[in-house]
Amino acid sequence: MGKSLSHNEFNVLLGALAKDYNIYAPARFEKQGRFSDTDIIRYRQVSQVEEIVWQAKSTYSPKEVVMPVTQTLFYFTQTEYREPETDTRPCLVFLRACDINGFASLDKIYLENGGTEDIYYKRLREKVKFILIECHTSFDNCFCVSMGANTTDNYSMAVRFGEENIQLELKDEQLAGYLDNIGQGNDFKPQFIQENKIKVNVPSVAEMPDWIYNDQMWKQYDHRCIACGRCNTTCVTCSCYTALDVLYDDNCQVGERRRVWASCHIDGFTDMAGGHGFRKENGARMRFKVFHKIYDFNKRFGKHMCVGCGRCDDNCPEYISYSNCINILNDRLKEGEKASV
Amino acid sequence: MCNNHLKPRPYRLLSIKKESFTECTFRLECDHTPVIGQFYEVSLPRVGEMPISISGIGSGWLDMTIRAVGHVSTAVHTLKPGDNIFLRGPYGNGFPMAEMEGKHIIIAAGGCGVSPIRPIIEHFYNHPEKITAMDLLFGFKDPSLVLFNQDIDRWKEKFNTIITVDQSCSTWEGKNVGLITEYVKQVKIPDFQNMEVIIVGPPIMMKFTAQEFIKHGVASERIIVSMERRMSCGVGKCGHCKVGDKYVCLDGPVFRYDQAQLLID
Ligand SMILES: Cc1cc2nc3c(=O)[nH]c(=O)nc-3n(C[C@H](O)[C@H](O)[C@H](O)COP(=O)(O)OP(=O)(O)OC[C@H]3O[C@@H](n4cnc5c(N)ncnc54)[C@H](O)[C@@H]3O)c2cc1C
Ligand code: SF4
Ligand code: SF4
Ligand code: FES
Repeated sequence: MGKSLSHNEFNVLLGALAKDYNIYAPARFEKQGRFSDTDIIRYRQVSQVEEIVWQAKSTYSPKEVVMPVTQTLFYFTQTEYREPETDTRPCLVFLRACDINGFASLDKIYLENGGTEDIYYKRLREKVKFILIECHTSFDNCFCVSMGANTTDNYSMAVRFGEENIQLELKDEQLAGYLDNIGQGNDFKPQFIQENKIKVNVPSVAEMPDWIYNDQMWKQYDHRCIACGRCNTTCVTCSCYTALDVLYDDNCQVGERRRVWASCHIDGFTDMAGGHGFRKENGARMRFKVFHKIYDFNKRFGKHMCVGCGRCDDNCPEYISYSNCINILNDRLKEGEKASV
Repeated sequence: MCNNHLKPRPYRLLSIKKESFTECTFRLECDHTPVIGQFYEVSLPRVGEMPISISGIGSGWLDMTIRAVGHVSTAVHTLKPGDNIFLRGPYGNGFPMAEMEGKHIIIAAGGCGVSPIRPIIEHFYNHPEKITAMDLLFGFKDPSLVLFNQDIDRWKEKFNTIITVDQSCSTWEGKNVGLITEYVKQVKIPDFQNMEVIIVGPPIMMKFTAQEFIKHGVASERIIVSMERRMSCGVGKCGHCKVGDKYVCLDGPVFRYDQAQLLID
């Protein structure tokens, strides 16, 4: 079912939905950006269409809705671990096709890997319905088409935002009631981006040859990458975390176990007691990340982890291009072993 | 209602035995039997969590031998018998015990690496008819760090046992000094088909010891190692232990060396 709504009508719809759902969308946070006087766009709860930033790509991904930056796992005293209560309200999340496909990568880790489900992730994930934001144009650094992540049919509702009015497609019958008396019927269906300026050739090798792990191509990142981890924190598919215990105060016997986002680019990710660690060079960390995104994950789950949202390239303070790195890798592999000596 | 795999359960400590000045063996009451080579996530509320291997299995109890090196591993040493210790697990794949039967077993272990292989030795000590022979090759940093002294005295009666220390001192009663790799050639291997070599220790020790056995004619598929990586979950979610397309907590910690060699950090 399709509909065309004015902005006012859309706000009436959001108001009705907000009675039953937490509504998350990309919103502007002024002057918090990477450079002075720039804004960041990140997810938060919204109630008005004017708050939703649909004209630009969000700086941070919507993964925060199901994978908060820090999350309490347990409250404890010396004798017991108690799980925190979770908000049971269902959620609607406004997001683009690449991000919907990104959630499928997160699901692989949190709901499938090792045959166990992460209960904290599952509780949040189960409540989420997707509202697709149609992309009008491909943004800087996007390469969703190369990753096959430009399209999706996994959404409850799809929305084309416009200055004049808003078109929507409704797929989820549970949401139909909210639209009964608003807008004009039509047969709107969302369009998907068919071409990006950036094209990435993902190597199609069955096995990475040994020599590529230490190839000179990684050396440039040893110095250029400053191991800040921004590529990981903005990525919709990075899922790693570290658990730690926190005490509320020194004398107090109570505290909590939390998990916080972890980043494979940042020092200490592999450190073990006694100071032993792996991948000391930042180039090796770049190689580890790139291989995970377009090789290791696919080997394990039959699907690439990366969805080509381009946020890593948007946000790297050193202007390192991950998409370009994949193309360099593909060329190196084609040149073959001979070129590496 | 699904299971919370991150939730630790309390287990009662039965006894604590001092092994060296930094290591103790904690015996705890246990209602299930893990596979030899698996590990648990050991928790102390308010301090943290860490992966620890099983160093002994009995009916109704488990042993864990823990070296005090950091926050959690030091804090567990303040526990007393009767206290609770929190665990979740067992995790990982464990050693291929059935595949070892009927074969000549060679075990090379360094330092803390002796803990996870201790239950293998005890198993075949109690069932020597299940294997053709066993050689034990242990390396420790110095005489004060030799683990499981009384057990080793017992094992010596049934199995060829070589103990070496990196640095000797006046109290060292043994005759062997130097790295484990130097003693590999003393192990006699009559049949290179019907055998398994198990190597557990620090990464460098495992690498060079494996290479030494390979130099002496052992195929890399006949070598088994147990890998150690940073771990924050034990259940394939936190990503810290990932190497290549493998997760050490799920697909390991035990790997055949021909497979382990393919995993580049
Ligand atoms: C599969 C496996 C089996 C192990 N078996 C034993 C054993 O039987 N006996 C024993 O004494 N030690 C064992 N270890 C090492 C033990 O886990 C570390 O010594 C312990 O994590 C140190 O924690 P800490 O809080 O005391 O140290 P800190 O240095 O304070 O560590 C802080 C955090 O870093 C992480 N970390 C640090 N070192 C390691 C490490 N080596 N491996 C994994 N994570 C680490 C932990 O998440 C820890 O919470 C094993 C490790 C693994 C992976
Ligand atoms: S690796 Fe980069 S392009 Fe791929 S999903 Fe993550 S942020 Fe997006
Ligand atoms: S690649 Fe860029 S964003 Fe990522 S850690 Fe290195 S410097 Fe930071
Ligand atoms: S320890 Fe967390 S993924 Fe293996």
